[in-house]
Amino acid sequence: MNLEKVVFGFFIILAMTLNFGFVIGELDNPDHHHVYELFAVVVVNLIATVLKFGERTQIGAIHLATSFVADIQLIAAAVLWAVAVHITDTGLTPSIMASIVSLAAGALVANVLSVIILIIETVLYHR
Amino acid sequence: MHSVLFLILRRMRVPLIVLISSYAISILGMSLMPGVDGEGNPTPGMSLFHAFYFISYTATTIGFGELPNAFSEAQRAWATVAIYLTVLSWLYSIGTILSLLQDAGFRRVIRASAFQRQVRRLRQPFYMICGCGETGALLMKALDSRNQQAVVMDIDPDRISELELGQYHLDLPALTADVRLPENLEAAGLSHPQCAGVIALTNDDQANLSVAVAAKLLRPELPVLCRAESLETADNMASFGTDEIVNAYEAFGEHLAMALHSPGQHLLYDWLTDIPGMPLSEPLKPPHGKWVVCGYGRFGKAVVRNLRKEGIELVIVEAEPGRTGCTGCIHGSGTEADTLLEAGIKDAVGIVAGTDNDVNNLSIVMTARQLKPELFMVVRQNRHANAALFQRFGANVTMQAADIVGHEFLSLLTTPLLSRFFAKCKEKPNDWANELLSRIVAVAGDTVPEIWDVEMSLENAVAVHQALDADMEVTLGDLIRDPSDRDSALPCIPLLLGSTEALLPDMETPVFPGDRILFCGHPGTRRRQVLALRNYKVLHYLLTGQDNPGGLVWQRFGLRMGLR
Repeated sequence: MNLEKVVFGFFIILAMTLNFGFVIGELDNPDHHHVYELFAVVVVNLIATVLKFGERTQIGAIHLATSFVADIQLIAAAVLWAVAVHITDTGLTPSIMASIVSLAAGALVANVLSVIILIIETVLYHR
Repeated sequence: MHSVLFLILRRMRVPLIVLISSYAISILGMSLMPGVDGEGNPTPGMSLFHAFYFISYTATTIGFGELPNAFSEAQRAWATVAIYLTVLSWLYSIGTILSLLQDAGFRRVIRASAFQRQVRRLRQPFYMICGCGETGALLMKALDSRNQQAVVMDIDPDRISELELGQYHLDLPALTADVRLPENLEAAGLSHPQCAGVIALTNDDQANLSVAVAAKLLRPELPVLCRAESLETADNMASFGTDEIVNAYEAFGEHLAMALHSPGQHLLYDWLTDIPGMPLSEPLKPPHGKWVVCGYGRFGKAVVRNLRKEGIELVIVEAEPGRTGCTGCIHGSGTEADTLLEAGIKDAVGIVAGTDNDVNNLSIVMTARQLKPELFMVVRQNRHANAALFQRFGANVTMQAADIVGHEFLSLLTTPLLSRFFAKCKEKPNDWANELLSRIVAVAGDTVPEIWDVEMSLENAVAVHQALDADMEVTLGDLIRDPSDRDSALPCIPLLLGSTEALLPDMETPVFPGDRILFCGHPGTRRRQVLALRNYKVLHYLLTGQDNPGGLVWQRFGLRMGLR
């Protein structure tokens, strides 16, 4: 067992599960989506991205690409949240909330892909 | 480039994770701490957005203070923790980046990738030079002054950094690398479409051999030029088709023999293979008669073989006759007067000091000079560091391997026509060479002439093609007219016409497409000649003496006035 692989797998799967936890619930209901959850998703995703740095293989490159997609979507969601609450004072209206959650849902797809790649890699490795 | 990026990313993994984690912990803690408003009433604390703002300016040590409201005690306590956590992780990350930049391995990777990028971007034919010692430096200087691009590799980092300090017109990509590894040859552009040839001139025969093998296997059509110290290596190289092999000792022996039987031809060779713009060398006039050769090693053997061909009477002096396989020679090192007297120095006309020890060589010629001052002295210099001593002594010929190999390579590299020219010259008598020498002095003055060849291709001589299409006759004489005054000639001499192999072709010779002509002339003449070759208006003036109107309107106007 390789500790590096454990940490790697842990963060990638944690990124997906946290992302799922944030997205689940009514799309436009602010009570179903907590800001700390989004914060945790962003942080864990950033760490997962950094862990994928420096892999020269083709599969490593796709890994990194999916992570970048998830990061961009999540950061966009977080910025949207900050703009709505602090800058424009619109507050979390259903339409804003729906935009935030759909951005995070997009990131969820990227994270699911990342986990699938991880599984494929593992299966290939054991062959 | 990619490997550099990946290296940075891989090394930055840990610092970046530390940074992200410390930010996350600090921001989270800050947003959880209860705050106070202006009147001292407890509030729920900062939002994540404000916490991120506060940590961002604190972690980077900008420190705007307590914003947006004055902090509660709990927030101040957490801010203290956050400051130490984030500032330390920033220091750690920056420290890692700095140490990465100073890392020797990292710098090597950066330099190698910069070198590869430079080589990839070359858009003109270039030679790959393996080894840039004295010979390499000489060769590069000459190639540079002929505007010929080169790529250089050497195993010694000092030589490469010396090269970077040297003054070259062209940007020569250089890398510290072991040329024995094929991957390094590949990195220096062995498979680059513009690679014109591989030149191996390290002082290690084995390394030259491996360069030749690799180049012949990977790019069989490329010319490979090699330096070889021993005859066995030279045979080995020739066995798999190395195009040109230069053995410094053999070449020197041949030139000494050449200087003996035709001094003019030797001088011609010397001038045409030197660096353009340098002062011309003096003619050698080795006397005919009895010669004494001290040292029968690789150098001595080459000299003896070539001098015997000229029918020169030789006495060989050798310290270890058994080891060098020398029969009938005088035993001794030649540094003592007794041995030299025994060899008959009194009735000799020349002496060759050719051992592999510089001090002994100097001692031999100094002793000989005392015994007979008017002797013609040839001395072999092994180490460049002793140059000052040899210069001070001032023998008639100082043989330096680097110099000789450099000249040989130059004669091969400048243009393929030059070696054909020399081959033709050998058939001519010495008087012919002397006459040519005086013509060269007349055009080039007392500096080494510039050598170039002109190919009458569509690309290089489009104006000539246009003129021939317009049914005009272009002769060689027209090509050496001065573009600024057609009645005076450019200071140059056509040496060889490629298609007919005619030496010193006649000025009336007509020029046809595809011809190659070898010229020699005053440095800078080539640039002036190119004007006429590429600009039809200039060539038209040279051919007819009329300045043709250039613009469309003036051409019509001129036609009507009957000026044409």
